[in-house]
Parts: sequence; C-alpha cells; structure tokens
Amino acid sequence: MALLRSALLSPFRLKWQTVCNKGCLVLAEHDGCQVAPATLNAISAGDKLGDVSCLVVGEKCSAAAKSVSKMKCVKNVFVTEHKALHGFLPELVSSVVFACHKKIQFDAILAAATSFGKSVMPRVAAKLDVGCASDVLEIKSPEVFVRPIYAGNGIATLKLLDAVKVLTVRSTCFKPAPVGEGSAKIEPGPMLEDWTCRSEFVEQQTSKSERPQLTTAKVVISGGRGLKSGENFKLLYDLAECLGAAVGASRAAVDAGYCDNDMQVGQTGKIVAPDLYMAIGISGAIQHLAGMKDSKVIAAINKDPDAPIFQVTDYGLVADLFEAVPEMITKLK
Amino acid sequence: MSLRVLVGVKRVVDYAVKVRVKPDKSGIITDGVKHSMNPFDEIAVEEALRLKEKQIAADVLAVSCGPSASQEVLRHALALGVDRAIHIDVEPKLYEVMEPLHVAKALSRIVTDEKVDLVILGKQAIDDDSNQTGQMLAALLDWPQALFASKLEPDGEGWFKVCREVDSGVELVRIKLPAVVTTDLRLNEPRYATLPNIMKSKKKPLLKKSISELGLNLRPHQQIMEVNEPRKRDSGELVSSVDDLLGKLRKAGVVA
Repeated sequence: MALLRSALLSPFRLKWQTVCNKGCLVLAEHDGCQVAPATLNAISAGDKLGDVSCLVVGEKCSAAAKSVSKMKCVKNVFVTEHKALHGFLPELVSSVVFACHKKIQFDAILAAATSFGKSVMPRVAAKLDVGCASDVLEIKSPEVFVRPIYAGNGIATLKLLDAVKVLTVRSTCFKPAPVGEGSAKIEPGPMLEDWTCRSEFVEQQTSKSERPQLTTAKVVISGGRGLKSGENFKLLYDLAECLGAAVGASRAAVDAGYCDNDMQVGQTGKIVAPDLYMAIGISGAIQHLAGMKDSKVIAAINKDPDAPIFQVTDYGLVADLFEAVPEMITKLK
Repeated sequence: MSLRVLVGVKRVVDYAVKVRVKPDKSGIITDGVKHSMNPFDEIAVEEALRLKEKQIAADVLAVSCGPSASQEVLRHALALGVDRAIHIDVEPKLYEVMEPLHVAKALSRIVTDEKVDLVILGKQAIDDDSNQTGQMLAALLDWPQALFASKLEPDGEGWFKVCREVDSGVELVRIKLPAVVTTDLRLNEPRYATLPNIMKSKKKPLLKKSISELGLNLRPHQQIMEVNEPRKRDSGELVSSVDDLLGKLRKAGVVA
C-alpha cells in the first residue's frame, strides 16, 4: 500500500521539484521574542511550495529567529536586525524582503494574511512588477491557488503567471508547522541600506485580554447587537471563562461601541475557524458569515427564528440570550 | 495647507446583495444586480471632504477605473462634494481581467500628472477582497503608506498622524506627505448626497481617459481558472433548550 502510494505520488513530486528549485521565502511575524502563531501556518503553506527559507526582520529578533530555526521544514533562516525596523514599518520591511529575493531569486514569497502580511506582500509584488494572491485558502500546485472573493461567496481558483509568486495565506486553512525538530542554519539577511523613511512608528495600543487569542482559540463566543450594551458583554466573558474561549463580536457590536474593533469577526475583521463558534445575538449578515463559516461546529442563540445565522448553524436555539446565557453558565459551572 | 487629494472609487455589487456564481463557473453573476460605490471608498471620499472642510485640502479628485458604468460612482462622488472626477475608461472585456497592480499603475499615472499630495483609497474592494491596490500604488510611487486608517489628522509640516486598526489593537504612525492612506470602516460615517448637490454635480467636470492614453500595457499576472460556490454546510437543527444545546455540543465533543 505504501509502495502504491509513493508510486502514485512520485510523478507529482518530480514535477513539483523541477518547478520549485529555489524554494520559497516566508516572512516571519514576531514581537521581538515570540513568533506569531500565524507564521507557523504560513510556514506549512510554504512547505507545499518547496524548501522553506524564513526571513526574520526587526529591531531585535534573535529569539524569534532561533524558534523559527527549530521548525522541521525550515531550511534556512535569514535575520536582518536594525533599529529602524522598530515597529516593522512596511516600507522598510518590504525593502528587506525585496533585497533578500534579489539575492536568491525565490520561486515564491509569502506571509500569513495578517495585518502585517497584508501591509508588506502587495508592496513587494509591485516592486517586482508581479501579481499577488491574497488570503490563499489552498495551494493546488506551485502556480495554482484558491482564494475567496465576494466575502467568501465565490471561491476562485487562479493561476499566477509570473515567475515569482507572491501571496498571503489564510492561517486557519493550513496546519501550524511542527516546532522543535529542525535545526536550520541562521544566517545574516540583507542589510537595511537605505533606512531613511517618510513614515514613523509611534506606538501600539494593544487591547489587553486574559482570554485566548481570537484567531487561534478552539472555542469562540461572539456577541452582536443583541447584547444591547457594552456592560452586557460581561455575560459573554463569563461564558467564555467556562469554556476557555476567546470572545469575538460582529461589526454591529463594534460600531455600537460595545467592544474593541480588534474583536471583530468577518470579511473586514478577523477570520476564525475554531472547533466551536457560538454566535450570540448575531443576526448573521453576509459580512459576518465570511469570517466564521469554516468553523467546525456553529451554534447560535437568537430570539429571532428567521435570523439568517440559523441557516449556517449546526445547533440553533431560539431564545432570549439574557435568559439562555446565564442558564448555560450555571450549568457549565 | 492646500493639499491635492485623490480618492479612488470602485463600482461594485452592492454589499447587501447575496451574489451567485455563474453556472459555467467563469465568475459571479453581475448583470442586472444592484451596484454601488465600494463601502470603503465612500469612507475615503468622506475623509477627503472633511479635509477640505477643515481647509487642509484644496482640491479633491475622484478617480475610477472601469467600463462606462463606473461614471455612476464618480457622479455620486461629485454629488457628495468632490471637486472633479477622472474616469479611466476600460472596455468591459479588459476590465474583467483587470488586477490591483493594473489599477495601481493607472492611478500612479494620474497621481503624477495631477501632482497629488495625498491618496486615500478604501482598504479593500468587497468584490475581489484583494486588499492590495493602496500598498501597490505606494510601492510604485515610493511613497509611505498607512493602511486601515481609523483616524487621520495633520501633525504639522506635511506630516499626518494616523491610527491604524491592526490585529492586536490600534497602531499609531506618522507619515510624511506625499503618502497613500487606506480606510478602515471606523474612519468616519459617510454623508448622504443632498438634492441640490446632486443637481450641482451634473455641472462638475468629469474627464475621460483611456488606458492607452495613460501609456499602460496591462500584462496579465493571473488567470482565473474557475469560480465555485463555497462548500455548503449541512443543514443544522433547532434545539429546544439550553440543556438540549449543551447535550448536543458535548456529544459533538466541542464542550467538555
């Protein structure tokens, strides 16, 4: 059986390898010490495109480079440190990516489709005069990619025609690369030569939360306009506490000021695909569904039996959330 | 300050329309479907108009790339208060395969010709969902970029302070003009066009330019092979009580 499998796969392998001779470059995202979880997904996406080299840039990035070098499928790690890279200004980061590519001529350059990846990759593509595929869901071959259009209501399969493929990948569609088995060489990356820049990082105001990260949580509880106020969001936090869940929100809830913008799930917010997604007081607009409909199990509590959310839920409960959620909390304790 | 501001506007299928995939899988059905200005571009227009009202901007120019129907959104921009508009005319066949890099190149020509100081674009179009044009334009012009802006204010001597909506919260950056800014939904609340302004807009200048006039050769960078319907979820069930719901979730192994 194993022989048959390898015989079946080998022509494919051979073809892929001849196409991918230089491998791909994955731009790592990190905070100075830790690599962002989405980068692990991007690395495993990159692994489908040939040998993975990782570029780690920043003001200080030795710890991040070290952790990337331990990933099994990472072959090379390039590190570019410079004080001007504080705040990861896309103008400077993209010039380092560009310089790194100029030296090695990769077959593909990719990053996770996070706000960081989205800022840098299209800039790199334009500098190379090539196209860019955003938010790739699936890699069919080194040239053919699948990505969502129209808020996920169409799934487009496209071929990138340029010699170098530039893409961002949706992290929820690729498994994180296994950590701790590899020992890639860490080499100095290209120097940041011209670092005069007409933009300046001032500060980041991070919303603090003890809850798990929205994009990587196994369980996500989201609230919408039905919560009626920011104070009532406490109900969701209490429920999330019982389930070890992250808390998300619909755009309506964010716009109404019930919670911070970085909690928004949807076409223009975060894309999540947890094991369980619970939509509470969310009607289920197209734009919201775009951010969560790939969740394994979807449950919803809404008092309107005609709410569109019930068309995508596995388990729907038509009830007043102000009665159902406290009851659920009591029963889970 | 008396800045020349360019806003990019795209005509897209209205955000509330439930779109359908063509049976031959070649794309999305757009014929006979309600279209309107891309919501992020409405925000870009609004921001440019606010800069004008604060006497920071002197001239607001709206530009759209596409077939003749694109003039609808330009007229709408003019009715909202934009001073003048340029329609980059692209024949429908070519427009179907037009990519963000092509649009960025077309915009870069206009930016240079019109000596624009600040470009405000939407962060993404809700049809192709690419989120690329602003970044690409900034790269082509070698200008700084501030994406996903939720606040934009002048900071003296040609610098702007921009709050950006990023994954972990809000990031504050400063950019020196000329620059490209893309809008997040939270930047502002777009206004409606009033009847007198709609009447006035009919007299405002709307200039047509062709792709060849701009000296552009749109080499394709990608080829759409097919467009499919997303995977349908199996129809779920309604449960009758919290106990029932918890029981089902436990059975599915997603709640301990």
